[in-house]
Amino acid sequence: MTIKKIPRISLTHLETNFQEVDRGLTNQEALEEANRCLYCYDAPCIKACPTGIDIPTFIKKIASGNLLGSAKTIMSANPVGASCARVCPTEELCEGACVLNHSTKPIMIGNLQRFATDWAIHNDKTLFEPGERNGKTIAVIGGGPAGLSAARELARLGYDVTIFEAAEQAGGLNTYGIVSFRLPQKISFWEVSQVKKLNVKIRTNTVVGGDISIQELLDSFDRIVLAAGMAHVPNLGIPGEDLSGVYDAIEFVKATKSGQVSEDFVGKRVVVIGAGNTAIDGATCSVRLGAENVKILYRRTQEEMTAYDFEYEFAKQDGVEFRWLTAPKRIIGDEDGRVTGIECLKMQLGEPEADGRRRPIAIPGSEYVIPVDVVIKAIGQTRHLELIEQLGLEHDSGVVKVNQETLQTSNPRIYACGDVIFGKGKGEAMVVTAAQQGKNAAHAIHRQFSTVGTAH
Amino acid sequence: MADLRINLAGIKSPNPFWLASAPPTNSGYQVQRAFEAGWGGAVWKTLGDPILNVTSRFAAIHFNGRRVAGFNNIELITDRPLDVNLKEIYETKKKFPNHAVIASLMVEPKQEKWHEIVKRVEDVGVDGLELNFGCPHGMAERGMGSASGQVPALVEKQTYWVKEVAKTPVIVKLTPNITDITATAEAAANGGADAISMINTINSLMGVDLDTWNTIPHVAGKGAHGGYCGPAVKPIALNMVAECARHPNINVPISGIGGISNWQDAVEFMLMGATGVQVCTAAMHHGFRIVEDMIEGLDHYLDSKGIAAVSDIIGKSVPKYSDWGDLDLNYNIVARINTEVCINCNKCHIACEDTSHQCIERLTDGSGKSYLKVREEDCVGCNLCSIVCPVEGAIDMIEVPRELAPMTWNERQAALNAAVECQADVTK
Repeated sequence: MTIKKIPRISLTHLETNFQEVDRGLTNQEALEEANRCLYCYDAPCIKACPTGIDIPTFIKKIASGNLLGSAKTIMSANPVGASCARVCPTEELCEGACVLNHSTKPIMIGNLQRFATDWAIHNDKTLFEPGERNGKTIAVIGGGPAGLSAARELARLGYDVTIFEAAEQAGGLNTYGIVSFRLPQKISFWEVSQVKKLNVKIRTNTVVGGDISIQELLDSFDRIVLAAGMAHVPNLGIPGEDLSGVYDAIEFVKATKSGQVSEDFVGKRVVVIGAGNTAIDGATCSVRLGAENVKILYRRTQEEMTAYDFEYEFAKQDGVEFRWLTAPKRIIGDEDGRVTGIECLKMQLGEPEADGRRRPIAIPGSEYVIPVDVVIKAIGQTRHLELIEQLGLEHDSGVVKVNQETLQTSNPRIYACGDVIFGKGKGEAMVVTAAQQGKNAAHAIHRQFSTVGTAH
Repeated sequence: MADLRINLAGIKSPNPFWLASAPPTNSGYQVQRAFEAGWGGAVWKTLGDPILNVTSRFAAIHFNGRRVAGFNNIELITDRPLDVNLKEIYETKKKFPNHAVIASLMVEPKQEKWHEIVKRVEDVGVDGLELNFGCPHGMAERGMGSASGQVPALVEKQTYWVKEVAKTPVIVKLTPNITDITATAEAAANGGADAISMINTINSLMGVDLDTWNTIPHVAGKGAHGGYCGPAVKPIALNMVAECARHPNINVPISGIGGISNWQDAVEFMLMGATGVQVCTAAMHHGFRIVEDMIEGLDHYLDSKGIAAVSDIIGKSVPKYSDWGDLDLNYNIVARINTEVCINCNKCHIACEDTSHQCIERLTDGSGKSYLKVREEDCVGCNLCSIVCPVEGAIDMIEVPRELAPMTWNERQAALNAAVECQADVTK
C-alpha cells in the first residue's frame, strides 16, 4: 500500500496541509482486501494486538457486508479502535504477525479497521449499551485513551462513571497530541461520544487537585482510576530556553489541532530537538505550517531513535533533514529576545547505558551554530508528580507503582493505567497499550467487586 | 506446434474451441469477429420462429470478490427473422470456409416443422446442425427445449425426424435438468444422432435482492427460473460428459460444454471423452480474445507432453472413471505437512478438528515455535486439509505402503457371497 500523499505543501492554504494524508480504502478496495484474508484459526494477528481485537472476524464481517458487526467487533476489544486504526504501528503489531508475510504480502489490517470504523462514524452508529446499574461509582482521572477505555468498560459493566479531564475536550493524546493529517480530531471526538452514550459523565476543564480536591474524589467515589497521562516537555537545561520562538512540541502540535492554523512559521527555519514520534510530529507540522527548512537534531544516531520507521520515512518524504550525533548547547537570541540560532555540539557514542542505548558523549571543541528562527523541544514528557504525590501513591520518579496483574496502586482503592505507569526506557508508549490497560483496570475493579460482594 | 484440428462426426474445425449457441453467436458480425480472434467454430444462436425477449435477462453470482463464478440467463432463442440469420450464415461461411458453422435449431415437436427448418439452413451451407433440446427456460413452457429434452422418447423421435432429411451431421444438445443424462443421450443415439453435446444450462434462480425482495434478475418485479452456466457448473458438466463417454450404448462423439474457461478446462473435457468443446460464459465475461491463450496454452501443453495431435488425448481418462464399487478399498494416502512451507494459519487444524477426523495437532518445538503435525495413524486421507490450505506445497497427500492387496467393494462382496454359497454348500 502506497501512502496517498497530498501532492505538495500549500503555502497559501495552510489548513489544507493538515487534512488527513491517507484517504482510506474505497468500498471496492476494502472488499478485495477483506476477501484476501485467510481467516486463520487462532490467528497470530490477534495475539499481536495489545487489545486482542478478533481481527479475522472483523475482516470477515467486512467481506460479508456486516459493517456494523465489524465495527462492534473492533470497538468492543478496543474503545479507541478508530484512532488506533490510524496511529498503530501495524507493521510491528498485527500486520507484522500476519501469516501472509510468509507467502505473499500481509493484509492491510489497519486500513480495514479504519474502513469499518469510518463506516460507523459516517453512519452515526451507537455501538454499545450501558450495563444495568450496579450502584457503584468510579472516578476516572484523565480522559485520554486509557481513561476512556476504562470508563467505557466500566459503564458497560454497570458502573456510574465520571471522567475528570483537565483539558477543554476529552480524548487526550488522540484529541490533542497526534497530528491532524494522521488523526483528525473528529475521530477522537466520535470515540468520546461513544463513551458518553453509555451515560459516562465527562467533566472537562476540571483539574483534579485544583478544581476538585483529592479528598472529595476519595469521599465521593468507590474507586478511582488514575489515567492522567504525561505532562509537558521538560526543559533542555541550556541557556536561551525562555526566548521567543522556543516551543514545547506537545503544545505546538496541540495548537495545530484546533483547526486555526498559525501563519507565523511561513518561511521560517526550524530545528526540532529529539527523535521520537513527537519530534517527527513537530517537524512535519512545521513543514505544513510553511517552514522553509526543518531539521531534527538528535544526540544519538538513527539506530537509537525511538520514532517508528514509517514516521521517519514520512518525515523524510516531507523534506525534513536529520542531524545525528548533534546536541544543543545554547539557544541564541537577538536584542528583542527572539531566537536567531542554536549552538550545537558534535557527539560520539560511548558505553551502553542502563536502557541498553549507548551514551552520547560530547566532542570537546566541536561547537558550531545553526541559524534558526524556531526551536521545538521534543525530548520526552514530564510526569504529573504533584498529582501522584497528592494522591499519596508510591512511585518511581513519577512512574506510578502498580500490581502488574490488577493495576492496583499502593492505595487499593486507586488503580492506574496508561502513561502514568509507563516505565522509562521502554521505547514509545502506544495508544493501543493504554487502551488495553484501561480495560484491564476496569476488569480488575469489577473482579474485585464481584468477589467481595457489595462490601467496599 | 501440435495439430489442433478436430473432426467431430465429420464436422471439421481448425481447433477444438467453438462458441456455444448463445448471445455471442447472435449475428454474422459477432461470429466473424470470433473467427478473426481465432475461434475454430461457432454454433449459431438457436434458430426457430423469432421470439420476444424481456429485459432484464442476465445475472451472475460473485464469490468472495471474484466476478462471475456462475451466470444465468432468461433470454430466449433468436429474436431475428430466419431469413436474416440465414443470409448472415451464408456470408460468414463464405468468408471463413475452414471454420465450423453449426446451426442450432429449435422448433415445435412436429415432423414437418423439423423437415422445413433443416432444409432451409442446410441450403445456406452450414457444416452441421445442433438440435436444442436443452434450454430450460421460456421455450420449455411452450413444449420445446428442455421440455422435449427431458423425455427420451421425444428426443429419439425428433432426432429421427431430423435425420430423415439432414445431409450434414446432427448433434443433439442435451439438458442436465434430468436425473440421468445417459437416458436421453442413449435416446439421441438411437434416433440416429451423429453426436451429442452437453450440458445446456441448469435450472436456477440467481438470487433475491435483500432490500426489494425481488428476484435477481427481475422483470418489473417478477422473476422466472433461468439457465445456469459458467465456471461453477464445470464439475457437473464434466461428470455428465464422462458418464456418457463411458456408457457402453452411447457410441457417438461428444461436444463438451459447461463452464469451460481456459485451455486446462478444455483438456479435462477432452480427456474425459469430448472431441471438442463449446464456450460461452468465459467469452461473455472477457470477450472473444480469450481464445488466443486457449489455443496457445493447449498447443504448449501438447508439445510439453510430446503429443502430436489434440485428437490423441480424446477419452484418455475415460477408463479411469468408474463406479464407487470398483475403487480399491486398500489404497491409503495420508496428509503430510511441510513445516518449512507452512505459514501456520491453522486452517487445516480447525477444518480437521471440527469437521473431519481430528488428526492435525498443534505443537511447539524446542525453540517455542509452533507447528502442525498430522497424526498419520488417524488420518483417513480425505484431502480436506490440503483443500483448505492456502499455500501451494504446504500439505502433500502421500501414498503409504499398502498392507493389503488391492480389493474393491465389488470384489469383496463377490468374495463374501462366494464364501456364503460355499458354506451353504457345506451345510447341505
